[in-house]
Amino acid sequence: MEKGTWSVKVGLAQMLKGGVIMDVVTPEHAKIAEEAGACAVMALERVPADIRAAGGVARMADPERIKAIMEAVTIPVMAKCRIGHFVEAMVLESLGVDYIDESEVLTPADETNHLWKHDFKVPFVCGCRDLPEALRRISEGAAMIRTKGEAGTGNVVEAVRHMRTVNAQVRKAQNMPDEELVPESKQMGCPLELLQEVKRLGRLPVVNFAAGGIATPADAAMMMWLGCDGVFVGSGIFKSSDPARRGKAIVQAVTHYKNPAIIAEVSRGLGEPMAGIDVRTLKPEQLLAVRGW
Amino acid sequence: MALQGDFLEHLQTLQLLGAEAAEVRLRQDLNGLQGLIIPGGESTTMARLMDEWDLREAVRDFVGCRGAVWGTCAGMIVLAKKLREDRPVPLGLVDINVARNAYGRQVDSFEADLRVGALGGQPFHAVFIRAPMILQVGEGVEVLARLDDGTPVAAQQGKVLVTAFHPELTGDTRFHEYFLHLAERGD
Repeated sequence: MEKGTWSVKVGLAQMLKGGVIMDVVTPEHAKIAEEAGACAVMALERVPADIRAAGGVARMADPERIKAIMEAVTIPVMAKCRIGHFVEAMVLESLGVDYIDESEVLTPADETNHLWKHDFKVPFVCGCRDLPEALRRISEGAAMIRTKGEAGTGNVVEAVRHMRTVNAQVRKAQNMPDEELVPESKQMGCPLELLQEVKRLGRLPVVNFAAGGIATPADAAMMMWLGCDGVFVGSGIFKSSDPARRGKAIVQAVTHYKNPAIIAEVSRGLGEPMAGIDVRTLKPEQLLAVRGW
Repeated sequence: MALQGDFLEHLQTLQLLGAEAAEVRLRQDLNGLQGLIIPGGESTTMARLMDEWDLREAVRDFVGCRGAVWGTCAGMIVLAKKLREDRPVPLGLVDINVARNAYGRQVDSFEADLRVGALGGQPFHAVFIRAPMILQVGEGVEVLARLDDGTPVAAQQGKVLVTAFHPELTGDTRFHEYFLHLAERGD
């Protein structure tokens, strides 16, 4: 009997597919998310919109808060550690969280190195803006990827940009003769073996969710059309006027993303979505997606 | 059933074996099918999505009309007669009592080789992810595989098959072949 293997790490991500992972900051939020049909929750100190508003250094959530959320629900519980903060990751693993997000939404602890995630029994999800960034994270041991988008903005534009960028690079790799993959991997800054696997599979070698700015059922469904395996919704649910209904509607929209009549039905009278931010008005130092190397 | 979870892995395995396979999200999608696989995923999510569009009764009717059903992991939870937990409310289509996540959280997820008499001599490599545990099997339920400690992990009652693990993840197609035979059987 073997535990912590690559198969069970990647396998849990496969079980999350077609689902919605919701950011929560309290056990009550977690219960609302579970009731709405979330396939997992992300336990946080603050949702990204509040991290943005608060400024300063954003760190791993209080273990007491994470434990309380783990006790409140039966679905998988994820938690975030700072990029490169291996002790935060060890702490989260010892708490027994089901997945760790090495996340750019928190303030990075290391501006050169990400975690060597193979050393852990718990699986990791990491963000990417493009294919080489995704493949670098996978080579470090990430068993799941999410396109970053721009968290806490309620604006889907960056999520779309990142997803389309990955898709275009996958298509390019698929159409390349084998010998051209060598200079391509060199230029991209990613391992050749993983680029070869992308060519063979025609997609990322692990599950890929969309994240960062998804605020409506239609946003979520669009990301599914663009080829992601599921969505993370951060501030979009608990910063809206009716989180329970909006959460449920987004879950429905992900399952029935090819059915506009159902998306229309579940989108009726949802109340106010979260207030959005035009990403073009953000200063360079306010952008979260650029964190990650 | 393509509401949530790893239905694509099942679909691809069925197609590999030459079966015609379709995604079921609404009750009318069941028309004309002989078998239904409820995949791995989150059972609470699936149950909520089933209730939203009246799939619960549709699946019961499907089994009532001699359709074959197979639940893997979350699918087994959905099909069970009784759960240790309050939620989700299961369909009660196979006489087993089940406890969710009973082997532990993700760090306790594991792989193991199983002896499955119904599949021949070669061991079946099984992947258990936050797996549900079969606590009790009723009369008329045949146990197809057990862990070394005797815990049942695969069972069958009539045309309803359940596995606590994920044959769709390993590339070994024997369980899918077994299920296709079950679905084709005319009784």
